[in-house]
Amino acid sequence: MSANKNNHAETATPLLSLQSVCKQFGAVSALTNIDLDVYPGEVVALVGDNGAGKSTLIKTIAGAHKPTSGQIFFEGKPVNMEGPSDAIDLGIATVFQDLALCENLDVVSNLFLGQEKGPFALDETEMEVRSWTLLNELAARIPSVRDVVASLSGGQRQTVAIARSLLANPKIIMLDEPTAALGVAQTAEVLNLIDRVKAKGLGVILISHNMQDVRAVADRVVVLRLGKNNGVFTPDSSNEELIGAITGASDNSVTRREQRIKSASSACEV
Amino acid sequence: MSSSTTNKIDSNTPLLDRSDERVNHDSSIGDVVRSFVDRVKSGDLGSLPVVVGLIIIWSIFTAINPVFLSANNLVNLLFDSATVGIIALGIVCVLMLGEIDLSVGSLSGVGSALLGVLWVKQGLALPLAMALSLSFGACVGMAYAYLRTRFGMPSFVATLAGLLALLGFQLFLLGSTGSINLPYSSSLVDFGQLLIMPAWLSHSLALLPGIVFVFRGVQIRNKRMAMRLSAKSLNSILVKAVLMTVALEMIVMYLNQSRGVPWMFGLFLLLVIALNYALTRTKWGRYMFAVGGNVEAARRVGIKVERIYMSAFILCSTLATLGGMLAAARLASASQQAGTGDVNLNAIAAAVIGGTSLFGGRGSAWSALLGIIVIMSIANGLTLLNLSSAHRYMITGAVLAVAVIIDSLARQSRQSHGKA
Repeated sequence: MSANKNNHAETATPLLSLQSVCKQFGAVSALTNIDLDVYPGEVVALVGDNGAGKSTLIKTIAGAHKPTSGQIFFEGKPVNMEGPSDAIDLGIATVFQDLALCENLDVVSNLFLGQEKGPFALDETEMEVRSWTLLNELAARIPSVRDVVASLSGGQRQTVAIARSLLANPKIIMLDEPTAALGVAQTAEVLNLIDRVKAKGLGVILISHNMQDVRAVADRVVVLRLGKNNGVFTPDSSNEELIGAITGASDNSVTRREQRIKSASSACEV
Repeated sequence: MSSSTTNKIDSNTPLLDRSDERVNHDSSIGDVVRSFVDRVKSGDLGSLPVVVGLIIIWSIFTAINPVFLSANNLVNLLFDSATVGIIALGIVCVLMLGEIDLSVGSLSGVGSALLGVLWVKQGLALPLAMALSLSFGACVGMAYAYLRTRFGMPSFVATLAGLLALLGFQLFLLGSTGSINLPYSSSLVDFGQLLIMPAWLSHSLALLPGIVFVFRGVQIRNKRMAMRLSAKSLNSILVKAVLMTVALEMIVMYLNQSRGVPWMFGLFLLLVIALNYALTRTKWGRYMFAVGGNVEAARRVGIKVERIYMSAFILCSTLATLGGMLAAARLASASQQAGTGDVNLNAIAAAVIGGTSLFGGRGSAWSALLGIIVIMSIANGLTLLNLSSAHRYMITGAVLAVAVIIDSLARQSRQSHGKA
């Protein structure tokens, strides 16, 4: 793990870096001293139980929440985001779980929604060409960009949503449970897509409850528990380790006793 | 796709949008017909029900009374269609967002009453009186949009309240006399009752759509081919343009046997074309569809949803006021009866019958034109049969019910075919 990090440190500064970020809602500390680094061309998986603070963290990075304390750095520079549009301007794109596509519009219209070419005479040809090039780059299998989104499968819709977030040339993309509610083949398609986004040199933050998917694409797995960092793992760490960190099952009287004995014996040896 | 980076066009590499072999593309006329049948089966009806309905209605009325299809009667039909059609055009805008305005009838009545009071009673200049009346309509639309976006008041309730309030305001404006006669010699009444395009002008205007169609078609075709997208064949563009031009010229020729094409209908057509352009070719139109389809998605991509609501309601109310003033011009009076009765439902029915969905996100400006011709054909035909308004209301109500049933069935079918 540390070798991996050193490797990055030689080549680049982190795209996004959170340093002891806290977020409080009244008396509740949703996030406490969160540290997180995302490097270009790296997939960081964010895992944790319900209520672990994943969504709060995503919203903080997306500019929807302002951190109570701590600092966010983007490309090495400290940034203060006042709203989601600031995050988008910096190059942070977010694909939310519900995708937010307009089912009555075709793929081109959805991809360019909010950033159409030519306000008083839409340049449909230009938009269609760019849609095809973008989708081909992602090797996405959309039969026709002139089909309405309602006629697409779940995986194809996810592809459209991810492609849309890439249209503004972001540097980092956050995916909130992109494989939830997808079949086996569609899940594989989305994972391929994440690989391709990574290959383009973007940083990816992936939220997922599915350890299999996380292992398949992630370079690092960051575990959140009760709003705190609860360890950073490599994707090849064992299931027990990961699940232990997520649920806190490793933090009980049995493990504490084992640790105590271990440390006592090592102290004796010295 | 590596070839997309090179400029050389290689005939062996598939076009950008034809690289997926799973999709069937229509190449022959048979394919076009087949895909049309498939589209209809899956619930994407377009304007098919209206056209079929219109053919049925016209054949029945002509069979009973041949006067119905006479040029003179059709010219009258166009005069009548223009006023309510303009109101229906506004309804299309609010329906597109999945909202409704039930007060357009009352508002058109207020529009005509305001015109009568300001122009005839107060002696203001006609353009000023019309402008004031239109801006009153815009204010009403603004109020509805504000109630909708600020307080989350369903437009159904807000405009129902508006219906009663505006009706009261209309009665208040007209006072005890109950009606104000508009001067017969005025240009407005001429416009509403008499003004007809000269034959040469109507014939030249009928050529225009074909020319624009070919020009735009070739322009788009060249651009698409340059960008390696599939393009329509030159033949299909020409065939469509010729068919369109021949049909339009024949209609104009037939109407010119009697008086000709009314200017008022010309104004209506112009508004339809303008709204159609705005809805299909501008950012605003795209946002209208987006908000009607998925408000939350529209909000997330940064569309100012409140402004879209505002624009739709203002457009609807302003067009309703305009329709009311033209209706007053047609009758040469602003009366207490103006805008009451079936105006409201005719306008809404026209939009729905024409194919604009009540559920939002689906529709077109042309639906106002097609729908109002259906509605007015029924009204006109029943009048020719000497049936009272009692029968007319019942039959129009039944037609509206059928139209909504078709809309709902088509929606269910679209859902089951994955095209909701």
